[in-house]
This record gives sequence, C-alpha cells and structure tokens, in this order.
Amino acid sequence: MATELSRNFKEVPEVRHKSKYFTSHFWAETLWALARTILVAGICYIIIYPLLIKLSSSMMTENDMYDMLVKWIPRKLNYDSIVQNYRLLYGYMKYPSALFNSLVLASIVALLQMVSSSLIGYGFARFDFFGKNLFFALVILTLLVPPQMIMVPMFLNFRFFDFFGMMPASVNLLGTYWPFILTSITGMGLRNGFFIYIMRQVFKGLPKSLEEAALVDGAGQMRTFLTIMIPGAASAMLVVFLFAFVWQYNDYQFTRMYLSNTATLLPFSLEQLTRTFDVESYSKEYISILNNTGMIMFIAPLLLLYAFLQRYFIESIERTGIVG
Amino acid sequence: MSIKIRPRFTLRRKRAVWGYVFISPFIIGFIAFFLGPIVQSITFAFNELSIKAAGFELTYVGWENFRYALRVDPDFVRVFTETTVQILVELPAIILFSFFAATLLNQKFRGRWMARVIFFLPVILTAGIVYQFESGDILHDVLDYVADETGVFSVSQSMIGLLLILRMPASFTQYILAAVERVPDIINASAIPIVVFLSALQGIPSSLYECAAIEGATGWETFWKITFPLVSPLFLTNIIYIIVDSFTRPGNTLVELINDSAWGRGIYGVSVAMTWMYFGVIAVFLVLVFLLLAKRVVYMEE
Repeated sequence: MATELSRNFKEVPEVRHKSKYFTSHFWAETLWALARTILVAGICYIIIYPLLIKLSSSMMTENDMYDMLVKWIPRKLNYDSIVQNYRLLYGYMKYPSALFNSLVLASIVALLQMVSSSLIGYGFARFDFFGKNLFFALVILTLLVPPQMIMVPMFLNFRFFDFFGMMPASVNLLGTYWPFILTSITGMGLRNGFFIYIMRQVFKGLPKSLEEAALVDGAGQMRTFLTIMIPGAASAMLVVFLFAFVWQYNDYQFTRMYLSNTATLLPFSLEQLTRTFDVESYSKEYISILNNTGMIMFIAPLLLLYAFLQRYFIESIERTGIVG
Repeated sequence: MSIKIRPRFTLRRKRAVWGYVFISPFIIGFIAFFLGPIVQSITFAFNELSIKAAGFELTYVGWENFRYALRVDPDFVRVFTETTVQILVELPAIILFSFFAATLLNQKFRGRWMARVIFFLPVILTAGIVYQFESGDILHDVLDYVADETGVFSVSQSMIGLLLILRMPASFTQYILAAVERVPDIINASAIPIVVFLSALQGIPSSLYECAAIEGATGWETFWKITFPLVSPLFLTNIIYIIVDSFTRPGNTLVELINDSAWGRGIYGVSVAMTWMYFGVIAVFLVLVFLLLAKRVVYMEE
C-alpha cells in the first residue's frame, strides 16, 4: 500500500519552476499598474495644477512675472519674499476679522443645518404617518428646483419680513444673520435636502433593537432620539456639518443677497481687492500676483480643515450608506 | 355588557404624531421658504416688479417677461441654449469619467489613499468668487494660451486626424473635442459622483465575484454581469446630483445672466421668467431620464 502510493507520487512529472518574469500574467499586471499610475497621476495633476499655480505665483515679485525663465519658482526665495504679498493683503482684506466672521457664519449655518437635518431625517426614517412619501418627494423637489427660482421672492420676503402678515409691521432682516438662521433651522438652506436625505439613510441603517428597548423601558421619544440615536449617527452628523460648513463658506450668491457685499466676510473682502488695486493703480502683473495670494488666503482655511478631516469627507458617503 | 374603551391615542397614532413632530421644521420651512416663494415667483413671472421703500408693487404684464427674455434680451437665447446643451454634453462625460475613476480607485495599489484625497479635493474648492478671479486673471490666460499652443491643442489636432481616418461621424468627433476641452471641468464635477460609485463598488459582496471566478467567468463578463447591474441604481442618483450641482457650479453662464438681470439690471420679472424656462428644460430632461432608466435599473434583493 505504502509503496504503491510512493510510486504514484514519482510518476507525477516534476514541476519546473519558471521565473515569474516569464508569465504573461505578470506582464499584463505590470503594464496595467504602469498605465494606472500614469492615469491617476495625470488626473491628480489636473486637479491640483490651479492650486500650484496660485501658490507659486503668490510667492513671486513683480519682476518674476516679466522674467521669461521663471515659471514655477521665483528668483528669490526666502522668508521675506514669501511673506511679502501675504503681509500686504493681510491688511487690504481685513483678514483677521473677515476670516473670523466667515468662520462664525459658516459654523452657525452648519450647526443648525446639522440639527434640523437630523431631526427631519429621523422623522422620515423611523415613523409611519400619512403622506410620508409625499413629504419626502417634496424634500427631493427642493433640491431639483434651481435656487435662482426663489431668490427674488426670498430677497423680498426677508426685506419686508412679516411672516405672512402675522406681524403688525414688516421688519428688514437683510444685513442680519436671520435669513441664514431661519432657512437653516427649517431645512431650507443651500442643498439642505441633500443632508436630510443622508440623515434619513443613516437612521434607517441603525439597528432598531436598542431604540425599542429604550422605548419599552419608558424613555420618551425625544430622549430616545437624543441618547440612543444621536450617538449612533454622530459621525454622519459630522459629515453633514462639514459639507454644510464648506458650502456656506464658499457661497457667494446667497450671502451677498442676504448681507450685501459691504459685510466684512472673506468672499467680499476678496471681491473688494479689485477696487483697492484700481485705486493703487498697480500693474496688471502685480495685480495677478496679489489676486492669487488672495485666493490662497481664501482657500487656506478650507485646505487646513480638509487636511485634518479628509478621512471624514471621503469615507462619509460610504459610511452614510447613501447607496442603500 | 362590556364597556368598550377605545384609547384616543393608539401607539400607532402616537408614533405618527411624533413623526410629524420630527419633520415639522421641514413642513414649516417648505411652506414659508419654498412653496410661498415658488407661488410668488410664478406671479412675478407675469408681472413687472418694482421695489418701493414700504414694499413692492406688481403690475400685470402677461407673457411680456417671457417675450422680453426670448426676443429682446440680446444674450438670453444664446446663453440658454449654450448652458442647457453644455450640461447635456457634460453629463454623459461626467458619469463615464466618474464611473471609470471609481473602478480605478477601487483597485488596490500604493498611494490609493492619496489619490482619493486629491480626487475629492474639488468638493471644497468650488467657491464662486475664486472662479471669478481665476477667469479674470492674466496669469491664467497666459498659461492657458501656452497650454493651448503646446499640449491640449496638438492633442486635439492629432485626435481629429485619427477620428477622421476612422471615419467617425462628425457629430461624434465634435463631441469628443468638446469633452477634451472641458477635461478639467469634468474632473472637478466628478468628485462626489466618484465617491458614490466607489461606495457602491465596495458594497458588492465579494462572494459574488468568487462565485463568478469559480464558474470560469472572464473579467469582461464579471464586469457586465455583476459589477455594472449592481451599480446601476447609482447612475440615477448621480445624474440627479450632477444636475443639481450644475445649478450652483461657478461658471454657469445662464445663472450669471439670471443673477445679473435681477440684481444688476433690476428686471426681476424677466429673471424669474428665465429661471422658469431653465427649470422647464431641466425638468423635462429629468423626467425623460427617469422614464428611460427606472425600468432598467437592477435592485439587489435584500
């Protein structure tokens, strides 16, 4: 028996170990990896190219602009030459106060939108009531209608705000943060429907058992929501906060309509640079340098935020299960 | 005789009431800041609006605002067709690119995380004001000119040659050319669609692929029989997202024109009429897409 087995073994032809470099599989893989690297690198370059231009231009002096040999790296590169443009714009843009106001406004809006979308999303995810599907269709409708459609009426409503004649005299809410607060808290802010949709998906994905246990044990509906559901949805709420923050920070149209461009906010101080430059009568080339510096100063806070929290931005949609 | 006690609030009714409580902010907001303004904007479209110190006045003008937009305004018709055609042209390109990029980023390779971070970067860099500055900046003009002279231009030239040799229809050639010119725009608009596709790809159970591999399916078959159908519901989601995104994307010239009519020239009625026409086209398009895709989309059974 044993001998038979060993004899059978010997009849198996010896496998010759070929080098992996001789298989077509290896070469196909390598070629594809190479092509993929080139593709990915190319696309990444297209995306960060505008950023790189601005960054390099913001460190230049006027002379570098006339120098045909200078494309990316300015002739002089030391601490003073790098900071000079930034130092100039720091004053022109009223940078500290404009940045502070922009951050505060974006935080208020993001916080309120996060709260309202969580409440509304939870209502859609966990309760059955008459007309639920209709209401949810309306949420999607608010997204699909171009915001310009309601821009003029919104402007007039806030200019002569009387809450459908319920107030004795109309108040002018323009120039205050009230339009932002009112629209955010009622889930009608910029792309708020998107956040409601995300939160609904998140709450739908959370297990029902914990919530039911809490209800059976006598916790009220609100308490269950606050102590059981909110912790489960915390990371998704952070995502909503971040998106709302970024979109409000970047928004120009609505912010200008509600606050008029005299407010000390970053987009407006960036806009006003043009007028300042006209007064100072700088050369075209120098204005270009300063514009790029201004844009970097505008984007920088977001880039910092992104650098620290990119994990949440990117994994967000995966984790919120927007797909399901 | 038994006494029937019907509780006024059954548990179900109580839950329903709580449901309304939770979505009440939306109901209030919808009526006050959406339905109200929409109704107003319909009336504004048929009226001339003048703002006074104490309020605003409306004078009925019928279809005059639409007539003005279509017949008198020098730019509207051109910008309108350009913008709507542009979004229709870009839509397939963005969908295809983001699907392609998602399959690319779904593979395992070194630096994948970094690539994802950069692919998603455009989401935070969409400030309208920055875009305005860029388009007016001479440095960018110069660099664009150089790029035209050296890179993109010659690529398009040689591509025209190739497509002509291949005897492709002229409309196809033009489409490809237009798409090539807009490559950066398309990539920037793809950030969120990529993530949506990516999460769908990662949600496909690996057991399906293993099964297909054991049955001897080729990569091509696996893609069309497993990957594509399971990702298909997201095409609809992404189409809707891309269209919604196009309303607020900087560089939308129609939106600029609408804003300028209202806030620059003060012809509010005309700007609202323009927006209604814009929305009309988009709505018809969305309904068509929905009718076309809804039946063909595959949903995985739970």
